[in-house]
Amino acid sequence: MLQQIIDRRLSGKNKSIGNRERFLKRYREQIRAAVRRAVGERSIRDVDRGETVTVPRKDLSEPTFRHGPGGVREHVIPGNREYARGDRIKRPQGGAGVAGGGNASPDGQGEDDFAFTLSREEFMHYFFEDLALPNLIRTQLAETPEFKFRRAGFTGDGTPNNIHVLRSMRGALGRRIALGSEHRRKLTDLRAALAEARRRPEPQAGDIAALEAEMDRLARRLRAIPYLDPIDLRYRNRVRVPQPISKAVMFCLMDVSGSMDEARKDIAKRFFILLYLFLTRHYERTEVVFIRHHTQADEVDEHDFFHATESGGTVVSSALILMQDIIRERYAAGDWNIYGAQASDGDNWGQDSAKCRELLDTSLLPLVRYFAYVQVAEGQQSLWEEYARVATENPNFAMRMIAGASDIYPVFRDLFRREAAA
Amino acid sequence: MSVTLQACAPVARAAQPLPCPSEWTFELIDAYHDAIARTARSFGLDTYANQLEIITAEQMMDAYASVGMPVNYKHWSFGKQFIATERSYRRGQMGLAYEIVINSDPCISYLMDENTLPMQALVIAHAAYGHNSFFKGNYLFRMWTDASSIIDYLVYARTYIAECEEKHGIEAVEQMLDSCHALMDQGVDRYRRPQRLSLAQEKARRSEREIYLQQQVNDLWRTLPRRTDRRADAGRARFPEEPQENILYFIEKHAPLLEPWQREVVRIVRKVAQYFYPQRQTQVMNEGWATFWHYTLLNSMYDEGLLTDGFMLEFLQSHTSVVAQPAGGRLNPYALGFAMMRDIRRICESPTDEDRLWFPDIAGSDWRTTLDYAMRNFKDESFIGQFLSPELMRRFRLFALRDDQAQPDLEVSAIHDEAGYRQLRESLARQYDINHREPNIQVWSVDTRGDRSLTLRHLQQWGRPLNQDADEVLRHVARLWGFRVVLESVDGTGRELKRREASPVRD
Repeated sequence: MLQQIIDRRLSGKNKSIGNRERFLKRYREQIRAAVRRAVGERSIRDVDRGETVTVPRKDLSEPTFRHGPGGVREHVIPGNREYARGDRIKRPQGGAGVAGGGNASPDGQGEDDFAFTLSREEFMHYFFEDLALPNLIRTQLAETPEFKFRRAGFTGDGTPNNIHVLRSMRGALGRRIALGSEHRRKLTDLRAALAEARRRPEPQAGDIAALEAEMDRLARRLRAIPYLDPIDLRYRNRVRVPQPISKAVMFCLMDVSGSMDEARKDIAKRFFILLYLFLTRHYERTEVVFIRHHTQADEVDEHDFFHATESGGTVVSSALILMQDIIRERYAAGDWNIYGAQASDGDNWGQDSAKCRELLDTSLLPLVRYFAYVQVAEGQQSLWEEYARVATENPNFAMRMIAGASDIYPVFRDLFRREAAA
Repeated sequence: MSVTLQACAPVARAAQPLPCPSEWTFELIDAYHDAIARTARSFGLDTYANQLEIITAEQMMDAYASVGMPVNYKHWSFGKQFIATERSYRRGQMGLAYEIVINSDPCISYLMDENTLPMQALVIAHAAYGHNSFFKGNYLFRMWTDASSIIDYLVYARTYIAECEEKHGIEAVEQMLDSCHALMDQGVDRYRRPQRLSLAQEKARRSEREIYLQQQVNDLWRTLPRRTDRRADAGRARFPEEPQENILYFIEKHAPLLEPWQREVVRIVRKVAQYFYPQRQTQVMNEGWATFWHYTLLNSMYDEGLLTDGFMLEFLQSHTSVVAQPAGGRLNPYALGFAMMRDIRRICESPTDEDRLWFPDIAGSDWRTTLDYAMRNFKDESFIGQFLSPELMRRFRLFALRDDQAQPDLEVSAIHDEAGYRQLRESLARQYDINHREPNIQVWSVDTRGDRSLTLRHLQQWGRPLNQDADEVLRHVARLWGFRVVLESVDGTGRELKRREASPVRD
């Protein structure tokens, strides 16, 4: 009767992947909203992972004709212990159904929301979609970095080609010594006892035989200790590490004066994230320095950077000077690839803009590989004009006025193009 | 007076038991399968050839997502199903089924690679012999499904839908499928096979219709007086001549605006719905039968000395959890079906006076013949109506609870006593009657000479109205039909209780 047993285990899983794609496509709007929310909440170093998305269950329902509440129903239920015919029972609260009937959803999950997890790739897809990134750049950013294997000590588990003979033999020797020491000591004692027995004036044949038998037994036990046991084997351990290229530091400069509201900060955050992602793909190690400023600049942690609001005027050069100081102290230009990203609403104290240009021109831009500036508000003020002059003279300086997330990418266009070519 | 088991229950347990490590191997599965097959043959089980497929948990979830079929067309709802399954599986809220079995020839059973050897043997006995013989024998499956061609048909459906997506866009196809899925339960022929309606009849009907249409353009008729009466006549000779239960079939054949590919999509969904229709009607019987046979086969093998005690302990533990019936909850179809099958055997082998009174035909008969007869010729509703014994009602302590929304309280309408047996049995049978469970909605008429609107009629049984989805489903019907659609809910006397309307959204 048996036609055959087929092993299907290797014939591919993820048959449902097409169905999943269709599902995600259908709920695109909800997913994009969830991704946007997640980007807002996450630290910028932490963008690069999946996310749980929740869709209200009613949006997912597949309608069918069914009986609604009302009318007459009869259910047969097992386990009657107390009722007789004609008994009346209070209607259970909350829903028309009695035991088992009624409104339970088919998968028994009730009416709560439907949550599912986006993989890292899917998450990045939606994130990039918002930023209107070209496909080439998307793959570049989304790709997992190259790995190489590096030796990392020894393990008890591995493939035969990685056996480390010396370590294994050393382990075996130690084990043989440890396991046999008890027997060997006894053997030595017995040997002494035997010699003693033989030396006696009237040797007792029985005693000697017993001692010899015992010595024999111990010798057998000792021989039974395996010379090499699987637990002795040691293998050279190799771990996968991301292919190191070099290290980079990214300076995030942001104006936190009162006019930078949440929406502007959100756009700025995406701007920083995009640069951060780019850097993590190209450098083994990327550090981030957050500098916020109003009339004076501070180095802060990420939370304060995005969430604290100050009021008062604006002196942009204070941030540039602080950046320069930090570079001098901690990131000697030879070792580090330095990137700068600055976001502001364009306000600056009148005389300061010219000073900013000079700072950039003479001392900062020669140190950094790339400096990008975005203005998250309309209107061209003195800072914009001065920066525009910087841009014409320096190829590693980019600037842009942006109104929405999709305007961010063009700021980096040159940067990405150059790196892609390299 | 029991005949059979005694015969094969030897005093001294025979030969070497089959080896029973907890890890399975292909050789062991083969060996167990041979033993089970031999035992099944000795009981006279008639099955399709078996194809056992070893799959991983992930593949099992894939199979779940495409309603248990190895191939299916692509649709977002399957993706949703997969995500839901995966999530509850990962959180440990549910275990996956031990097996999935497909009504096909050869009969495909999936064995999950995480199962232990005793579980694999249980699955083989349950699915590859229990379900398999049910698929081959039961009249509903014989009548409605074509086991030899279902896989091929699904492959065709998958390719066809993919081609449509390429040609007409994923979105257009998805909309069609959404609408068809909403009507899936109304897309089956409940009482007759459409194929049996011969071509000759179909032609005859069409020519009748043509003659009638011809009459309408006859000038003589037009000049006749008494216009109102003529209108009444036209109303009576309506289309369709008789109400149609299969809404999807009606749409496929008669919807005015559908393009050929859209009709084919409707047809595919309809065919798939029809394929699953017998399964929806035989859950208790099918599971009961399969559970009865895995229990009987493995016990008989144990008696022969083929199985070790350790094997039996593990098997019995899973078996017991499958047929557990918590009190006061919903009836577990496995428990009910298994108990009924065992009960029929009991009635055959050692009937009491009560059994002789209730089941004069089968009390004392050969149990294998009787069970085989029951398996072949019944569905859940009639099976319960025919074979549920007072003994079993007492054992399950069944009672019927009547929920009348007009009353403030629920009423216990029958319990497991002399006065209640027949009513309980009737009530439980009705509970498994798909025609009672699902609302009765039929194609009532089409305004062929007016605005082409389609009227569906919902015959309200037991005063139960439609649920809130009805309006949305109706919009789906309107999308398929292409013109206005009306849904009337009427009571037994034809009095209209509620009227719903939907018009297609033109874009």
